[in-house]
Amino acid sequence: MTSGPFADLRNSEAIPTARVPVLPIDAFRRAVIDATSGGWRVSSLFGVPESDRSLRLFAILAHDEHGNLSVGAAKVRESYESLTPDCPEVHWFEREIAEQWGVEPRGHPRLKPIRYQPPRAGERWERPPSAMTDFFRVEGEEVHEVAVGPVHAGVIEPGHFRFQCFGEEVLHLEIALGYQHRGVERALVGGPHKRTIHYMETLAGDTTVGHAHAYGQAVEAIARIAVPPRGMAIRGIGLELERIANHIGDLGAMAGDVGFLPTASYCGRIRGDILNLTAVICGSRFGRGLIRPGGAAFDLSDDLLRKLLAGVESGARDLAIADRLFWGSASVMARIEGVGVVPMDVCEEIGLVGPAARACGVDRDVRKDHPFGIYRYTHIPTCTWSAGDVFGRAHIRSIEIQRSFSFIREQLEALPIGDVRAECSEPLAPNRIAVSLVEGWRGEICHAAVTGEDGRFVSYKIVDPSFHNWFGLAYALRGQQISDFPLCNKSFNLSYCGHDL
Amino acid sequence: MIRTILARVRQGYRTTEYPKGPPPVLPERFRGRPAVDASKCPDGCRECAAACPTGAIDVSAGVRIDLGKCLFCTECETACPEKAIHYTGDHRLAARKREDLILGAEEMQLAEELSGRLRTLLGRSLNLRVVSAGGCNACEADTNVLTTVGWDIGRFGIRYVASPRHADGLLLTGPVTENMREALRKTYDAVPDPKIVIAVGACAISGGPYIDHPEQQNGAASCVPVDLFIPGCPPHPLTILDGLLRLIGRLRRRRRP
Repeated sequence: MTSGPFADLRNSEAIPTARVPVLPIDAFRRAVIDATSGGWRVSSLFGVPESDRSLRLFAILAHDEHGNLSVGAAKVRESYESLTPDCPEVHWFEREIAEQWGVEPRGHPRLKPIRYQPPRAGERWERPPSAMTDFFRVEGEEVHEVAVGPVHAGVIEPGHFRFQCFGEEVLHLEIALGYQHRGVERALVGGPHKRTIHYMETLAGDTTVGHAHAYGQAVEAIARIAVPPRGMAIRGIGLELERIANHIGDLGAMAGDVGFLPTASYCGRIRGDILNLTAVICGSRFGRGLIRPGGAAFDLSDDLLRKLLAGVESGARDLAIADRLFWGSASVMARIEGVGVVPMDVCEEIGLVGPAARACGVDRDVRKDHPFGIYRYTHIPTCTWSAGDVFGRAHIRSIEIQRSFSFIREQLEALPIGDVRAECSEPLAPNRIAVSLVEGWRGEICHAAVTGEDGRFVSYKIVDPSFHNWFGLAYALRGQQISDFPLCNKSFNLSYCGHDL
Repeated sequence: MIRTILARVRQGYRTTEYPKGPPPVLPERFRGRPAVDASKCPDGCRECAAACPTGAIDVSAGVRIDLGKCLFCTECETACPEKAIHYTGDHRLAARKREDLILGAEEMQLAEELSGRLRTLLGRSLNLRVVSAGGCNACEADTNVLTTVGWDIGRFGIRYVASPRHADGLLLTGPVTENMREALRKTYDAVPDPKIVIAVGACAISGGPYIDHPEQQNGAASCVPVDLFIPGCPPHPLTILDGLLRLIGRLRRRRRP
């Protein structure tokens, strides 16, 4: 299965940049639109500035059923005809490209910055100066507007939510982000350098292992390094521990938002116990330092393996109690069923990923569709649910926790022997593009590294799953009670900094 | 109902006894306060400083590590040819003054408690508004975890409150992004006087991995006066708790753990 004129590649594969076909923009546009109506979806769409002041657009498409990726490019200057009207899933990418490079997608239905980074010199479009302006408004005598954030009531990251309400009912929610913008992608250009791995580990701190894994894969693909099996397994254990810890936290948070305190309270504590297991491996509860290009930075002694196994057993046991209480409580079920629905066709159209997509019945999981690292040798069954509501998103997490626990047990009991890390020397191969996908706990993480003549990054594009999914949250709120916003928000639990970069 | 009660019984009592009892055991590989044996350093060697991703190490007059910039990544430990640097398991890192975070040969000056009126006002009840201004959600998560049953900071009269108007101070995470500067300032102004500010994590103290990026402010102190610095990337919950308890005078006259 090919995507027409684009070049094929696999997950964690690097190809010479010259092999990526550069099409006229009209043909590029047509190719992306045709591919997305034929089973492909857009993993990433980004611009790389050229020396002649033009912008090279790269599209990375994924075909989940066939396990294929494909990449194509086009050169644009001040503007081009927007793809969004025919391919809605790229709407956010086109807004990002316009903001980053000042290239206007003509005919984009809602062209606004997504991060509010300073405008570039000589930019053509007149953008709103801050996140708190130019919201979509509903007019009417009894319509009112609710503004929340950027500073929220809880201990969470900043973002602004603007609700258009009719009584309690939310007619429209617009989410304005960018408060967390720290200039990550800009600083990655010219790397790898000594801060690169730390950007990866902190660009979304709750997904440290996920992003470090994706970075490792991208570098290993360009450097043609094979990670030793033991290193792969330890990375997989780290990734699944991260998934379990965050999913448990989310279940607890959802329980808390419907006022079911037993599960909320137990999950808060059990989540901490799981984070402590990650710290047993690498000293950090968030997996800082666990993954380095070439493999894992820490090996596991038999003693630590036993400790981890015991921790996994007791964690799984404690969680089962909290989980059963949650699902066995009629009052909880009444609060989460049918709330915050995203229908399957909308999910496909806007390109959701991760548990949010699986809860809509879309069987999409990088570990299965585009296997990487340890998942090429061992499989974690994926699960889906059809309702697309808060219940579904909670249910998917609950099942995934169990499956990840089984995976970790399996790995710990039969860890491959040998080294954990292969030598990884710089500089990287010149003029390559590598695409690295990882299924983080929120969904697909996509890193695309492009090296220049000197083997340094001329571009390093990161797509956190939140980038695809924030719009899903806005959609889920339509027609809902505004008081259900916290619950819907927790059921997605998206990253602000991973989006803002 | 009976199932809920049975579950409660099976979950048991899980709050740490600390500070009445010993602190929770940290994992072997936990990286706490670094220790430098400068006597091992050969003349002119600056391998550690060259390896540090955030420029936390100054070798101009003996090795000095700025804990406010340190990511605890151990690149310096790996780079040191003489094994003069190692990371200990000591979780106590909090200081009241920025310069106290610069670790040299002498003993570290840990955070002293609030004095005078602030001590009287806040010592038994400290309400904090947590503001993330570019934090990566790791400091936020380990700040938040202190409210879970495992740590239960409510025991010490410390609460995270929903509004700055209900707060005695701010707990800040993140390097203070350009896009959050105004919101942070407004939140600070909304806290009634007298008020305190606590900076948690390398980003909030110095910018951390984002030091000198034009998109951020190199930490909280650029915008608001800071009363307590808690280093780490992110600091362990025990490190944050240690800092908070020192500030309100709950760790006085205790043996070193």
